[in-house]
Amino acid sequence: MAKLLSECKAGEHGKVLSVQGEGKMRRRLFDMGVTVGAPVQMRKKAPLGDPIQVTVRGYELTLRKTEAACVEVEI
Amino acid sequence: MKTFALCGNPNCGKTTLFNALTGASAHVGNWPGVTVEKREGVYKKGSEPIAVVDLPGIYSLSPYTPEEEIARRYLLEGAPFGVINIVDADNLERNLYVTTQLLETDLPMIVALNRMDEVEKAGDKIDVRALEERLGVPVVAISARNGSGVPELMARAAALPAARKGRSVLEERWGQTLAPVADAYARQNVPSPLFHAVKLLERDEIAPANDEAAAIVAQTADNADLEAAIADARYTYIAERLAAVKTKARREKLTRSDKIDKVLTHRVWALPLFAVILFAIFHVTFSEDFLYIGAWASLGGGLPSLDELGLSARMETFVGIFYDGAVFSPGVILFNAFDALFGLITDAVGGAISVGWLSSLTADGVLGGLFAVLGFLPQILLLFMWFSLLEDSGYMARIAFVLDKIFRRFGLSGRAFLPMIMGFGCAVPAMINTRTLADDKERTATVRVIPFFSCGAKLPILTAVAGGVVQHFGVGNAEAITFCMYLLGMAAAVVSVLLMRNTTLKGETPPFIMELPAYHWPRFRNLMLHLWDKAKHFVKKAFTVIFVSTVLIWLFTHLDWSWRYVGENGMDRSILASLGQLVQPLFTPLGFGSQLGAYGWVFAVAAVVGLIAKENVIATFGTLGACLLALGADVGGVSADVLLTDQEGVAATVAMISATGITVPALIAFIAFNMTTVPCFAAVAAAKGELKKGTFRYTLLFWSASGYVVAAMVYTVGSWWWTAFIWAAVAAAVILCIVLRAKSKRKLLAGHTTGGEANA
Repeated sequence: MAKLLSECKAGEHGKVLSVQGEGKMRRRLFDMGVTVGAPVQMRKKAPLGDPIQVTVRGYELTLRKTEAACVEVEI
Repeated sequence: MKTFALCGNPNCGKTTLFNALTGASAHVGNWPGVTVEKREGVYKKGSEPIAVVDLPGIYSLSPYTPEEEIARRYLLEGAPFGVINIVDADNLERNLYVTTQLLETDLPMIVALNRMDEVEKAGDKIDVRALEERLGVPVVAISARNGSGVPELMARAAALPAARKGRSVLEERWGQTLAPVADAYARQNVPSPLFHAVKLLERDEIAPANDEAAAIVAQTADNADLEAAIADARYTYIAERLAAVKTKARREKLTRSDKIDKVLTHRVWALPLFAVILFAIFHVTFSEDFLYIGAWASLGGGLPSLDELGLSARMETFVGIFYDGAVFSPGVILFNAFDALFGLITDAVGGAISVGWLSSLTADGVLGGLFAVLGFLPQILLLFMWFSLLEDSGYMARIAFVLDKIFRRFGLSGRAFLPMIMGFGCAVPAMINTRTLADDKERTATVRVIPFFSCGAKLPILTAVAGGVVQHFGVGNAEAITFCMYLLGMAAAVVSVLLMRNTTLKGETPPFIMELPAYHWPRFRNLMLHLWDKAKHFVKKAFTVIFVSTVLIWLFTHLDWSWRYVGENGMDRSILASLGQLVQPLFTPLGFGSQLGAYGWVFAVAAVVGLIAKENVIATFGTLGACLLALGADVGGVSADVLLTDQEGVAATVAMISATGITVPALIAFIAFNMTTVPCFAAVAAAKGELKKGTFRYTLLFWSASGYVVAAMVYTVGSWWWTAFIWAAVAAAVILCIVLRAKSKRKLLAGHTTGGEANA
């Protein structure tokens, strides 16, 4: 099932299907290892509900829901 | 001497390795054109000395932050002999990403595989030889922490051949395009042609113009999303070929970082915990009632004050360092210890010189000024220590994670929090720290409000004036006034950011994509070297800017326009007094201008010298207090002896209050002015270095206006409460203007384009 990374529940595993968004932000996501095919795990939300924390390529990455909404994952 | 650049991801142990290599030989300079710190040192333990340059941590050679741009520019244009690429063995996959980019340059290169001890301790294995074979450059396993492997690393680095031909992990797939493009660049004499060929393929703007190369790229890769494909190819290569050299032992489910995170980023406790930690830091550094022992005791009989102890004078000086009705915090004890020492030196020097004016110049002018600055060194260093502990341990990244949602409302990212909070210590490193912010407008807004987070040097103004208010008028509580002034500064910052992000610095909220590094124990050595750097910077500042300015202030207060020495009781004829009288009317709307009468120029003078360094304000208070006394003004019973022993400037403030008849709102406005106006010379210079060209002028203008407006507001509202309505009406009008303008702009856009684009 495909859904947006921003909609994943804590603990869900998935694989990146596509990365949308504009230039610099998208580039940064790639550089940080969020590329097509990368396994990701949604870890948790920040205490105020946003941003979120995910595990990708063996480390912890935090990004906002608006940025996570550019990442489509296959659960 | 060969120069090596130390390059790698943030949080990979780069600073630890740099310190292990260079030790005390390191020195801090600036990168050309910017005030970003450039740390250089020499490694002397090998067969030949090797210069090492510490580059800012980078995730990629496609720069995202100003820091990353500096690192890339140095690698490509700074002509180092080679690169030491430090890779965190604990986080191999992402760390090797920048390695695959560095491989594409022609720079001689060696990989330092750091934290091997931790990897082995966890039961994992890394086949170093296999990695070396696959990368095609030497790989040395090291532990920067305990120094193992470092001699081998440096020996092999020194033995690297001077030339290396770049190679790319992308060659398998795009070799047919990359090779001719690289050849075209090589014929054009572009250094590292393969690296630039890849950049051209990625459509990175730094790729040099070359028609031949552009034609080849246009042929092969017309509209494909090569940026995504290339990043993907790098990570795929790393995952399949390189990271595969690591074999993992079975892992327990939760790592140590996860367990700590469970507490520190807890859904409910994260924010209160952070508030407690922040409060504890300020309490340990600045509180005069450590752990509230004094306050607790006063519930019962209370602790005796210093005078009531009945000690001998010498004992009293000694005990007074630690105790006066309450136990002082470590920060205050350090401050008092320095203060006592400086007092002894000043007395000894002043007493040894028998010529009146010379004694006054050295004791009051030179030493007084120097010690006014150096006296804050312990507290500022302590504050620095706490912040670098938070940063090095990895907690600061969590704070950004927790607070981001709040900061977003003001158009900033959670990352902007760190430089702002550092502003409480000193604005200079805080402004330098903004280079970790990727967005220019966010950076500018942050730099502009940093001075509003009242720095360590402004604290004495607060305590002196607040103390003066309490002592002279008998109203309020000095600590409460100080605390409220801190709040006022923060409120001014919030309002300013909101205003700027909606008008001149309009832009989308910058993205927030950040690593949450694993928690690590901070390295004691790193911390000490860091503090040593800061101390050096501070002492240098004390002996240059402050030294010169205090001497000048002394001369201006003791000489008249025809360069005659006017002495202590002719100070109203001095250059400074006449200049003060000249600018005095400017401060009338703020409450410390013309309405103060003949002696009113003292506040104008104090405000103006604060523009050089805020430390000067209290030093000047002392001089001015003495001057008022000598002039025969009504100083409210303050005697010369009291002024001499008055280290905090309270007595001088009382003297100035009685002589001028200044009101409480005007005094508060005076503090507010100092807090929100143009910061000290050093901070202005830092801002000039950090800000983009063109915005610096407006920043100065902004500071001049902000200080004036805030102080005027405090004075008028404090004096006549109904003026609050006028200010509220003005604020409402401004907000209305901004909202209406934004609306009409949106309408204009909507008329030309479709709705979806209008929001962009």
